[in-house]
Amino acid sequence: MSRLEARPEPSRAMMLSSPLIAAAAMLVSGSLLFLFLGQAPLHAFYVYFIKPLTSWYGIGELLLKATPLTLCGVGLAIGFRANVHNIGADGQLTMGAVAAGCVALYFDGAEGPWLLPLMILAGAVGGAAWAAVPALLRTRFNTSEILVSLMLVYVAYLFLGYLVHGPVRDPAGYNFPQSKMFGDAAMLPLLKEGLRVNAAFLLSLVAVAGAWFFCRHSFAGYRMQVSGMAPAAALYAGFSEPKNVWIAFLASGALAGVAGVGEVAGPLGQLQASVSPGYGFAAIIVAYVGRLHPVGVLLAALLMSLLYIGGETAQIELQLPSAITGLFQGLLLFYLLAADLFIHYRIKPRTTAAVAVPVVAKETA
Amino acid sequence: MSDPHERGEPRLRLLGISKVYPSVVANADVNLTVMPGEIHAVLGENGAGKSTLMKMIYGVTKPDAGEIMWEGRQVRIDSPSAARRLGIGMVFQHFALFETLTVAENIALALDERTTPAALAPRIRAVSEQYGLPLDPDRLVHSMSVGERQRVEIVRCLLQSPRLLIMDEPTSVLTPDAVQTLFVSLRRLRDEGVSILYISHKLDEIQALCDRATVLRAGRVAGTAVPREETAHSLAELMIGGDLPTCTLAPRAPGEVALALAGLDLPSADPFGTTLRGISLDVRAGEIVGLAGVSGNGQQELLKAISGERPAPDAASIRLLGRDAGRLDAAARRRLGLGFVPEERLGRGAVPALSLADNALLTGYLNLDAGMATGGVIRRGAVRAFAAAVIERFKVKCGGTSSAAASLSGGNLQKFIVGREIRLAPKVMVVAQPTWGVDVGAAMLIRQAIIDLRDAGVAVLVVSEELDELFMMCDRIAVLAKGRLSPAVATSATTVDRIGRWMGGDFAVEGETHVPA
Repeated sequence: MSRLEARPEPSRAMMLSSPLIAAAAMLVSGSLLFLFLGQAPLHAFYVYFIKPLTSWYGIGELLLKATPLTLCGVGLAIGFRANVHNIGADGQLTMGAVAAGCVALYFDGAEGPWLLPLMILAGAVGGAAWAAVPALLRTRFNTSEILVSLMLVYVAYLFLGYLVHGPVRDPAGYNFPQSKMFGDAAMLPLLKEGLRVNAAFLLSLVAVAGAWFFCRHSFAGYRMQVSGMAPAAALYAGFSEPKNVWIAFLASGALAGVAGVGEVAGPLGQLQASVSPGYGFAAIIVAYVGRLHPVGVLLAALLMSLLYIGGETAQIELQLPSAITGLFQGLLLFYLLAADLFIHYRIKPRTTAAVAVPVVAKETA
Repeated sequence: MSDPHERGEPRLRLLGISKVYPSVVANADVNLTVMPGEIHAVLGENGAGKSTLMKMIYGVTKPDAGEIMWEGRQVRIDSPSAARRLGIGMVFQHFALFETLTVAENIALALDERTTPAALAPRIRAVSEQYGLPLDPDRLVHSMSVGERQRVEIVRCLLQSPRLLIMDEPTSVLTPDAVQTLFVSLRRLRDEGVSILYISHKLDEIQALCDRATVLRAGRVAGTAVPREETAHSLAELMIGGDLPTCTLAPRAPGEVALALAGLDLPSADPFGTTLRGISLDVRAGEIVGLAGVSGNGQQELLKAISGERPAPDAASIRLLGRDAGRLDAAARRRLGLGFVPEERLGRGAVPALSLADNALLTGYLNLDAGMATGGVIRRGAVRAFAAAVIERFKVKCGGTSSAAASLSGGNLQKFIVGREIRLAPKVMVVAQPTWGVDVGAAMLIRQAIIDLRDAGVAVLVVSEELDELFMMCDRIAVLAKGRLSPAVATSATTVDRIGRWMGGDFAVEGETHVPA
């Protein structure tokens, strides 16, 4: 029997490199997986991880998918640092998309540069409003914000489903559960002609910079960091916990809402029955793989985006099942948590000889 | 004076024991001899290496060099259970007991032999009676006082018939009366031939109890002594290697009431906590009021109620500088002029993983003159300047303002926290255990700084378990026992004896008999 014992001082270098270790371990397990699926590992790796990056289109897709992951991940990281766990970013993203979509449909046919900013604002407000529900219940009734925010995700999905099957369904859309296509003024400009990546990516970079300033230089960011690291010290200093909960939920909700705008006013161009393949959940992994640091979140989002795209490429070229993307995501998080465990703990083999061994015979006086 | 070797083989001999940790030499070439039937004191300041040495004897850590001889044979002690098999028992300073279990259940869990609580009960009764340590095996631990809990630990050790008993600062949690009771039991054990290693820094206790003493200073043996033949002064000099520093409290007329508790009632938030009942106390500007008492009698609860970490139900029950403050949170009370040094340094008074600069900001943000956080943005320059000033003023040993709080020794961190709170220029200062784990020299620096605050007209409330300390630095003393507060009496008009009796919960004046309801 061996047991875990806490390390006296966790290594800082290891803490920073653990995402890389996790990624490497993921690749090794992945090659076993590819072998098992009857693929040549090197070729499969090439198709999965390298090929998407060999064309401008592929890079555009990478940035496109990284955008919602970054926006959601940055917002979640702000809360996670303060031990406020918003699990419902996907619901907030959906509600942001709904709010922005309703604005776009209400002003259908309108021209003018004001429409897009209004949609972004509506998306942020929609996401923040949805996030306000768990924040209110937590601060007022001490409910678990984890459960409430998670359950509200499904409410948001169903609400969107109700809208596209009913009130906002395109009358000329052959009964497909989707809205009219948005007008040109309601679409985010593309970064480069021919690619699908749009201006929302720039918004995500602004969010990263803003979050970095908030965490590093604002007093509110400091308060939230203290609350996460040492709740008793936060109480001692008089930092308000409800304030942290509100900041965390409103910020992450608004950013998730903007991510929703980026989807409906970007690649989708309309409201559909589903606007996210689970970006809000993947963003939880992104936030932790990025060490809850805004710049780390951006890098992790790019990695996660690559997993999504590589999964699609692998489906098409290697006929691998689509579940492979989820598998790689799961492997990455699993190895990250394992690496973190061994940064803070080490295995101590149980000493077999627990007996006091007399080494020398009785001393002559 | 008989030569110890005439009494036969030493029970325990340490020869040249050394233990080096990455940053510090805990023990260097330590020799120690304990005879059968001897109470042997190991004396030294905090950080002198006493605990490390005991941990090696009890098999918790291993020495890097040196030999351990047990009853004449060289032994290697790999684990506490190996130590227990040899006949070594240890009573720790902090007890590891399950509150919701009975005495017998707790002991059954801790014993190496497999046995049932029911089978143990008669043995517990027999041992506890034999040594004058009354203990009911069927009682639940949470209903017991700290002194009674210590008895559980001692009886647990005695059930294994040890020939060497290690006691680590056993009196730090006891009232003066309970200390005397403990000493009677320890003497009885000695008379039966049990050896006792008694760790302490309290000179009077060592003189009253111990046959011989080994004095440690900075990990080395500074000397051995027969305590009864020494004075407290000469022992202290041996212990700290120089003259004992002192602090002075000049008489001073106090001013207005700055902190007033008026009939504060506060039910405990924790099922095993203490409920505060009818606490009334005035602390005036320019006086130091000491709160004596054994920990666990409501100190935590009272301090949290005063600091605002747990607001009181009634706003008027706590008044700060003339304002009703009972419902205010900690930040609002600090804005009124409250400074507070909590008893836990890491995790409450300071965030372990953050730098000293960031820890200066923890409460320093409320000092608007320092300008550490203006317009919602942290001003790093001002923060570092503030931290550097605290480090310099209180001679905090550290690598600079960017050292993590967790990297400091307990005493240095305490100096930093006290310094930070003093630098915030409070009008009311509350200090819990000001010198816990602080070496004698630094303790005097901290006490003098608190006295200087009082001389500058600050109202000071000090909560401490060290009666000597309270008598040294307080104008008035009150006792907190079982969640009730005694009247506050002038320090000059009372005695350690009387305060000690009050610590048992009986606040009647001497001579009168009084049965608590």
